[in-house]
Amino acid sequence: MSWDWQVFCKNTSDGAVEAACWAKGADITYFEWMIHAWGWTLAVAACAWVIAMVVGFSVGVARTLPASPVLTRLANAWVELFRNIPILVQLFLWYFVVPKAFPFFQHVPGFLLVIFALGFFTSARIAEQVRAGIQALSRGQRYAGMAVGFTTAQTYRYVLLPMAFRIIIPPLTSESMNLLKNSSVAFAVSIAELTWFAMQAQEETSRGIEIYIGVTVMYALSAFAVNRVFAFIEKRMRIPGFIVAGTGAGGH
Amino acid sequence: MKKQLIAIAALALAAGAQAQSGDTLAKVKATGLITMGVRDSSGALSYTLGDGKYAGYHVEICERIIANVEKSVGRKLQIRYQPVTSQNRIPLVANGTVDIECGSTTNNAARQKDVDFVHTTYVEEVRIATKANSGINGIKDLTNKTVATTTGTTSVQLLRKHERANNVDFKEVFGKDHADSFLLLESGRADAFVMDGQILAGNIANAKNPAEYKIVGEPISVEPIAIMVRKNDTAFKKIANDTVDGLAKSGDIGKLYDKWFVNPIPPKNARLNLPASTATKAAWASPNDKPVEEYLKK
Repeated sequence: MSWDWQVFCKNTSDGAVEAACWAKGADITYFEWMIHAWGWTLAVAACAWVIAMVVGFSVGVARTLPASPVLTRLANAWVELFRNIPILVQLFLWYFVVPKAFPFFQHVPGFLLVIFALGFFTSARIAEQVRAGIQALSRGQRYAGMAVGFTTAQTYRYVLLPMAFRIIIPPLTSESMNLLKNSSVAFAVSIAELTWFAMQAQEETSRGIEIYIGVTVMYALSAFAVNRVFAFIEKRMRIPGFIVAGTGAGGH
Repeated sequence: MKKQLIAIAALALAAGAQAQSGDTLAKVKATGLITMGVRDSSGALSYTLGDGKYAGYHVEICERIIANVEKSVGRKLQIRYQPVTSQNRIPLVANGTVDIECGSTTNNAARQKDVDFVHTTYVEEVRIATKANSGINGIKDLTNKTVATTTGTTSVQLLRKHERANNVDFKEVFGKDHADSFLLLESGRADAFVMDGQILAGNIANAKNPAEYKIVGEPISVEPIAIMVRKNDTAFKKIANDTVDGLAKSGDIGKLYDKWFVNPIPPKNARLNLPASTATKAAWASPNDKPVEEYLKK
């Protein structure tokens, strides 16, 4: 087995090696194509992350509300629904089954469907972490909020959530990295992201091992970048003497 | 951990090197075992009947080849079926895991650097499948339409070239396998499905309502499909070539072809109704192992 790393510098129409790995005119090289695919991966992951955080925090909070049993049950149902079905199956439900039942969805682009599928799937997992974070706080925290005359919303906003958020940063980091890696399922519904690129380019070039190594590096770098960003946030948000006491290096 | 990785890598390299040096006839004579690479769903060329059983045009030709190998080595051989995919078929043949690959592999110049091909048994035509009422009759009608094709196939490359050469502007969607791509067409997410003719015919034959679909237009491209063997294994390749040439000369290859591509085939007894094309007949008439590049020169 010999290596042929020049495969990344070949253009995609006739396979000629381009100078500086950058093709002229309408042509692109496999390297440019990979960068483009990487952009799709990041776009899918970033949009899905926003949905996952917004929905995850809302549902997680709803599960801990003291006087709203209906809302709590609905939120519990949400979590159990979206975390018990494999992500690939959920994606297919959104892409093929939902449009059959509701013709309106036929005109929704695949990109939107995939970020909602990924976002909802991840939101169920984040909701569980948010619930755990809030319930990990001592009961006195909630009572303190009530004692100073806060409404429920104010208690969450000023007392419970800032503390719970700090507690769950480590699992939230893992979940965000997972989301980035899970975005690879988007290839199954026609999104031209990294995994799709790997499968396609290896067929065209017959240099599968080099292509897969390139894609692996892109995934590893991206997920590690997410990890570093969260480590930074965790460090900046730390309250001295609280939660992760005394290690000085954060939870990572 | 690092040491383990190095050890595994060294082992893999050693296994590869060892397999490449052996010749297949000696190996199968010694072990009594021959490994046939097969595909789960390559249309009538190679597909599974379930329960570890495989059938198809290429599988049957390979069985004829193996029968001749048995005569040559003078002992009965047990056939082990090894399912392969587009991603792993070439490495598995090159490293000796698979002795003869009987799926649906296009013979091209890049692959000829890593493996050898037996004389072409089937010439694939890339065609357009569409709903019968779509009004699409050829590639020129695809302007502003959505075209489905399957990830990891050469059809994507072909479409891209056509698009750039003829300024036919269409949207592409990609199924993760042929069944998915057909679902894109069926569910209206795509207006056409561009793929190997026999795969289109197979999917249409198995559709809920085959009459809803039709295959239209001139072939977009032709591709020689061949059985794949290890590189530089002259004696084994000769037996394989002689078997194919013999079938072609006696006319049996046409009967074999009709058995799989025209008549009802198991498990559902559906018909593909795909008579041999002129390109396929030409390949039988003058046996050769020309790569796809030679076909496209004309």
